[in-house]
Amino acid sequence: MAFDAAVEMTEEIAARHGLSAEEYGRIVGHLGRAPNITELGIFSVMWSEHCSYKSSRVHLKRFPTTGPRVIQGPGENAGAVDIGGGLAAVFKMESHNHPSFIEPYQGAATGVGGILRDVFTMGARPIASLDSLRFGPLTDPRHRTLLEGVVAGISGYGNCIGVPTVGGELFCHPSYAGNILVNVFTLGIAKADRLFRGTASGVGNPVIYVGSRTGRDGIHGATMASAEFDDESDQKRPTVQVGDPFTEKLLLEACLELMSMDMIVGIQDMGAAGLTSSSCEMAGRAGTGIELWLEKVPRREPGMTPYELMLSESQERMLIVAKAGRETEVMEIFEKWDLPVAVVGRVTESGTLRVMDGGRLAAEIPVRALTDEAPVYNRPIARPSEQEERNRLDSSDLPEPAAEPADYGRVLKTLLAVPGIAHKGWVVRQYDHMVRTNTVVRPGSDAAVIRIKGTRKGLALSVDCNSRYCWLDPRMGGALAVAEAARNISCAGGTPLAVTDCLNFGSPERPETMWQFSEAVDGISEACAALGTPVVSGNVSFYNETNGAGIYPTPMIAMVGLLEDIDKRAQQGFRKEGDAIILLGETLGRLGGSEYLAAIHGLERGAPPALDLDLEKRVQAACREAIRAGLVSSAHDASDGGLAVALAESCLSGPDPIGARVDLPNPDGARADEVLFGEAASRIILSVPEGKIAEVEAVARRHEVPIARIGKVGGEKLEISAAGQGLVSEAVAGLDDAWRNALARQLGVSE
Amino acid sequence: MKFAVLVFPGSNCDHDCYHALKHVVGVETSFVWHKEESLAGFDGVVIPGGFSYGDYLRCGAIARFSPIMKAVETFAREGGSVIGICNGFQILVEAGLLPGALIRNRGLKFICADVSLRVETTGTPYTAEFRKGEVLTMPIAHAEGNYVADPETLEKLKRNDQVVFRYCDAQGNATDAANPNGAMDNIAGIVSERRNVLGMMPHPDRCAEEILGGGDGLRLFRSMVGSLSESRV
Amino acid sequence: MKAKVYVTLKTGVLDPQGKAVEQALHALGFKEVGDVRIGKYLEIALNGATREDAEKRVREMCEKLLANLIIEDYRLEIVP
Repeated sequence: MAFDAAVEMTEEIAARHGLSAEEYGRIVGHLGRAPNITELGIFSVMWSEHCSYKSSRVHLKRFPTTGPRVIQGPGENAGAVDIGGGLAAVFKMESHNHPSFIEPYQGAATGVGGILRDVFTMGARPIASLDSLRFGPLTDPRHRTLLEGVVAGISGYGNCIGVPTVGGELFCHPSYAGNILVNVFTLGIAKADRLFRGTASGVGNPVIYVGSRTGRDGIHGATMASAEFDDESDQKRPTVQVGDPFTEKLLLEACLELMSMDMIVGIQDMGAAGLTSSSCEMAGRAGTGIELWLEKVPRREPGMTPYELMLSESQERMLIVAKAGRETEVMEIFEKWDLPVAVVGRVTESGTLRVMDGGRLAAEIPVRALTDEAPVYNRPIARPSEQEERNRLDSSDLPEPAAEPADYGRVLKTLLAVPGIAHKGWVVRQYDHMVRTNTVVRPGSDAAVIRIKGTRKGLALSVDCNSRYCWLDPRMGGALAVAEAARNISCAGGTPLAVTDCLNFGSPERPETMWQFSEAVDGISEACAALGTPVVSGNVSFYNETNGAGIYPTPMIAMVGLLEDIDKRAQQGFRKEGDAIILLGETLGRLGGSEYLAAIHGLERGAPPALDLDLEKRVQAACREAIRAGLVSSAHDASDGGLAVALAESCLSGPDPIGARVDLPNPDGARADEVLFGEAASRIILSVPEGKIAEVEAVARRHEVPIARIGKVGGEKLEISAAGQGLVSEAVAGLDDAWRNALARQLGVSE
Repeated sequence: MKFAVLVFPGSNCDHDCYHALKHVVGVETSFVWHKEESLAGFDGVVIPGGFSYGDYLRCGAIARFSPIMKAVETFAREGGSVIGICNGFQILVEAGLLPGALIRNRGLKFICADVSLRVETTGTPYTAEFRKGEVLTMPIAHAEGNYVADPETLEKLKRNDQVVFRYCDAQGNATDAANPNGAMDNIAGIVSERRNVLGMMPHPDRCAEEILGGGDGLRLFRSMVGSLSESRV
Repeated sequence: MKAKVYVTLKTGVLDPQGKAVEQALHALGFKEVGDVRIGKYLEIALNGATREDAEKRVREMCEKLLANLIIEDYRLEIVP
């Protein structure tokens, strides 16, 4: 960037910084003069969608964010909930979509780095990560390369720093062909009364910079993340940052060591918009001001301007406000870990961000103008006119159900090979999912389960979003994502506690996108309120569109649940020959919005499954009670692909693949494909030892949950009939191959 | 009896080894920072897994020059028990305390998975609780675990019964299909000529408790502690 | 003064990265490609030494740290 302070400011320069003419006018109003280039840069990043949430803020207020367990809700580096025993679970999810599309390895790696810093900034040691990925179809070589790069980046960073990636999800769809999604979630554990916040209180306290030296990387990453891609995006390559997980590991250990002593008042990650956002946000929360001395900032390259230093997004850096007089001790800790550290400023009472560069004033801006008084937009909302048409699914639209059982077997195998359903072994083998020796349920079940050493407790983690449902009905889709995430937790034996989200949408300047956004927020809010799982942190990613085509609305929901006794847990795979297979919830699903219609018939329409939140709650409660009473051998949520796919997954994901013989009730004579592949909410498949069936039935009765005994585990085939009519009869070995090797096959690699 | 778990910048299985020894096996264990210069008072040393110095340049290449490594060399020369796991194994070969080298996996990718291991010798302090030929299950997690050595070294390792573990299938056959990383001769772990320094790519620290899915790692640690107790009597 | 150091795998040591690149080049139609070997290239700025001295010191650096002589060879150049 060849700007210097003498540049005469114009609206055109402002526009190149992503600021509208109206916004530029407001800046001039705030300052009472034209900004210089450094100031303009600072405003542009702080007022970007990424930092200011200017289009989403009015909607996010509708989320339920409080509850008896909530220690820290949205607005901090991460959310925190009380898990008992004096401990807090600290977690957040973030997107790194745009950087990953441009440079998949570094984009994904730095995404992991950023979310880890958000968590350990709170004083929590990160103990597990999840990732949620969306790509275009894997038939497109570009997307195979992107997937390989993103997985390698997550693996490269997470493995090195030693935080296990214990699960996640993957979904491919043409709507992501121009905009992939890389959402990463991290959870940490802290003492509940020792959480740290990003606040710059205490006038006179020193502001300390630690971590990597500042270079020119990532300048304007935050504004890039808020602008649509066009065909010139390749030229934006230099803005991508490079991650250094080794330095982050040192930073993590040094920060945790620092936090075990009583030396600091606030700490914040220099993430998007680096030094600018960390200093402004900390001062903003404390109602103070900050003076920075740029000549003291450790740097990697000579000749960096104030503009570059303030906007650099070099990774692995933190800003700390220490207690006055403790500077030397703070610096000693970082020196022990061989990390650059310097006092770069102090807290003032001025309420302004004052940036000095070797005695020269480089920028002076009221902090409130950058934070609380940043623009807030209540953008126009319009329901897409084609919404009605999307939801219409007449019987005349439906293809003829297949005639022969062999056809259903083939359909089942095809569904098992869809990337969203297929075994994720190719991915998770590249992630160290065991380091820290807490991973009790490894990737490949509905939820991962992590033990908390020194207690009997465990935490269950899950991330979910069916974006097809959200496209068909964003409100229902949002609610269903919450319900499914919670159901996954319950299937592991955990009580769902709280949610973090990552709301990925197209351009907020499009009223139809804002309608989707607003509806999704309402759906999430309703479900979170009903299930008692407040939203404690989150992230919004707009402008996920290329050349005007937006992604399917993708409000990703990550749920954290608690197991008071980790020995009372379940996994999705059948374990014992002879166990009865029991279905909790309604038997019959619907074809609207189903994976079956999309994958087999190329039809994406209809209404997504209806959600009765009260029934959902009861089904989950019954499942947890049965698990905790030791009545079940396995529990699995039946979601994408319906009962047939869920049954196959249970057959294939136990210690050894095993068969099953199932007869599904069909009292109303529904179509065979609907019985097999229809999707519905609030359904869980249990396997139960013969002697415990009566007890499970009693649990279901107590919770007023529909229950049906549908079959038996055993044999070498999965056989499914409906009301006695045989539909599927497939060897487990063949299903296993279709499912287990699907990803490697589609990527053209051998396992 | 007291164990040292070394901590280099970038070690990340240090806590796992500490937990396994102190809380599962139940022996006194301390972390030892890489800038320390002495191992006085310790009966055994564990060099844990991780990415010391970010695995930059070559895995283990920089860590082996840390001050503590001089003490490890002396400790090993005097017959002390040293076990290097994963990155610890890489550090030991870089330091020349074990022969050979560990290069990039043949599939080029990081692999985290359970593997089957065949116990090749019970004549080490670390394998006394096993039976020769027994098949163990242990996780691996590495991108550079592909063991290489020149033919003479390999021959010597075999002649001296220094190969401790080989990758194998569930039936105990050391086949190429069961070799996860391309290691020569399916070698997963070796011991020094004096049999006191063990290097292995698989992680006993990750399978020392049933809740994590297995106990073969615990048996290895117990063998080590047991041998040390005997030798002290 | 500057040293340019090239570290390469010894002949005969399997180079999985090189193999992968070789296959990729073949897949892209570069049929003339034979064996591909991947190495490391380092640039080291040196202060105040004679050329002779520099070469001796860099050789030491290579043997001590930069190359693992069990599997790697090195080659160096000193440039002004």
